[in-house]
Amino acid sequence: MKKLLLSGNEALAEGAVRAGCRCYFGYPITPQSEIPAYMAKRLRQVGGVFLQAESEIAAINMVYGAAATGMRAMTSSSGPGISLKQEGLSYLAGAQLPALVVNVMRGGPGLGNIAPSQSDYFQATKGGGHGDYHLIVLAPFSVQEMADFPHLAFDLADKYRNPVMILADAILGQMMEAVELKNNEKNRLIEKPWAVTGARGRPQNIIRSLFLKEGELEAHNKLLQKKYRIMKKNEVRYQLTGDPDPEVLLVAYGSMARVCMYIMPRLKKIGVRTSLIRPITLWPFPYDIIEDISKKVKFIFVLEMSEGQMLEDVKLASREKCPVYFYGRMGGGVPEPEEVLTKIEEVLKVESKRKNYKIRR
Amino acid sequence: MMRIVYTKPKSMKDVPTHYCPGCGHGIIHRLICEIVDELGIREDLIGICPVGCSVVAYNYFDFDMIEVAHGRAPAVATGVKRSRPDKVVFTYQGDGDLASIGMAEIIHAAARGEAFTVVFVNNAIYGMTGGQMAPTTLLGQKTTTTPFGRDHKMEGYPIKIPELLSSLPGAWYLERVAVNSPGNIRKTKKAIKKAFLTQIEKNKFSLVEVLSPCPTSWRLSPVDAIKWMEEQMIPYYGLGTIKDEGIQVVREK
Ligand SMILES: Cc1ncc(C[n+]2csc(CCOP(=O)(O)OP(=O)(O)O)c2C)c(N)n1
Ligand code: SF4
Repeated sequence: MKKLLLSGNEALAEGAVRAGCRCYFGYPITPQSEIPAYMAKRLRQVGGVFLQAESEIAAINMVYGAAATGMRAMTSSSGPGISLKQEGLSYLAGAQLPALVVNVMRGGPGLGNIAPSQSDYFQATKGGGHGDYHLIVLAPFSVQEMADFPHLAFDLADKYRNPVMILADAILGQMMEAVELKNNEKNRLIEKPWAVTGARGRPQNIIRSLFLKEGELEAHNKLLQKKYRIMKKNEVRYQLTGDPDPEVLLVAYGSMARVCMYIMPRLKKIGVRTSLIRPITLWPFPYDIIEDISKKVKFIFVLEMSEGQMLEDVKLASREKCPVYFYGRMGGGVPEPEEVLTKIEEVLKVESKRKNYKIRR
Repeated sequence: MMRIVYTKPKSMKDVPTHYCPGCGHGIIHRLICEIVDELGIREDLIGICPVGCSVVAYNYFDFDMIEVAHGRAPAVATGVKRSRPDKVVFTYQGDGDLASIGMAEIIHAAARGEAFTVVFVNNAIYGMTGGQMAPTTLLGQKTTTTPFGRDHKMEGYPIKIPELLSSLPGAWYLERVAVNSPGNIRKTKKAIKKAFLTQIEKNKFSLVEVLSPCPTSWRLSPVDAIKWMEEQMIPYYGLGTIKDEGIQVVREK
């Protein structure tokens, strides 16, 4: 298949169209503005709806409306805008509406800056809005995955009637790589008997998240939790690469996984057997595989563009079977391969002084 | 021969409502259902109810309904109508909902000329949360958050929404009515019907503000509430057409 040179943001937009997205609503914010610009042209060509909303709050509610009628609808934004969308995300989850929300992360808190960051991990994976709910959170690490994940996201959203977030960062949004675009519209018009399309020849359909009668909301929550348990069982995705018998486990997602992949041959050269787990679904998180490997390795090393957010899940997964080390930078600081390597070497030194610790060199 | 002159509209469910005695919501619901039946649009209709006393209107309306967040109905309606332009779409919003938290959404929907209908129920107070000040609360009116009466020096002046929207070319038909008397209820029905026709025939934005009693939060009997409407509310707001670009198809040269 022919390859095209695209930026991550463009690839994501084209991938979404090819996944059958016909409704885009958004509000400008850097570093994702290429997505609405692309959609403004492209959706016109395919007879879709593009609308620049008056705010992120309006945009997510427009998505809510389009999704309620059964359309594949999406919005995209970054930090400050994603914060404004939290109300809408909670309502989408409560009303069980499928939709795609993309966060091309920038530095925070507050207005922060427009440089790459991974500091919205907590917000994406631990709720963000009010109530007991979860989004499925997908973390691409290449322009190819930026192009492919909208399809996966819409399929998962429709399957579970749940909003899905693609959590990228400014590096992935802006960088250019060769990508292969696939045509995969087949699920675009799957049956949605629950959608509001006018009660023609069927009883009334209602989209709602309010349950006032006694016990009703608890029952609704139990139903949601049952759904989340099925997701946890069936939808965990990760990439495991490197040495099949590692003594060091690296854990990183998105663009930081690329940094890890870059330094792994260097670690091999100095005789350190390393493997990498790259979570692809940040929720549901790949706890089990990390727990398994943590029994075999001397230590785990987590790399993030934050002060250690995914780190908490990795620690939870490792169940203290081995020490967990961390390196991260914030506010637009991007860890360079050399500094990460230096950090890992420091840890190797500390760890080699511990009893029972043998690193074969 | 006996003739049925009054019956339940087909698109209204045969259940008692939860509204307080003397509340205007029930009357307005019924008018909407009569219009839906008369226009034969029940099977192409999508209604949108945000938070407020009428948030569970889907218990009474027998057509497709979406319940939405406080103030966001015009944005949701935009998403619905844009993705399904062949459907008839309306929002049913309170004054706290539309004129306070949802002000940005209603202004921009009107500015874009979104082709849906807004039924805007102004009862000059927040009903559902127990009687707090709304942006439409009259000067001097006592509420739980203006216990000494609304003072313009503190809380500003009540907002007239159709007048505010009337400068926007996208707003096609704007009218203010009231449900205080049989005559005015008939006028209310006529206005809401025209608003739906503005959407159906002209594909344009329409809004009908309905002045409506809330005896419970006004702390008045249903009869005194009507009196208060007639003596205070209607004189301040004024009834009638604020803007009408017409639904007759104008032949363009
Ligand atoms: C974001 C948010 N803020 C506050 C509320 C609480 N709330 C529920 S209804 C309402 C006001 C309703 O007043 P109005 O729109 O005038 O409708 P009414 O109940 O008078 O018919 C408020 C503030 C909420 N549900 N969501
Ligand atoms: S509180 Fe007011 S608006 Fe709400 S149901 Fe009672 S009378 Fe109607």
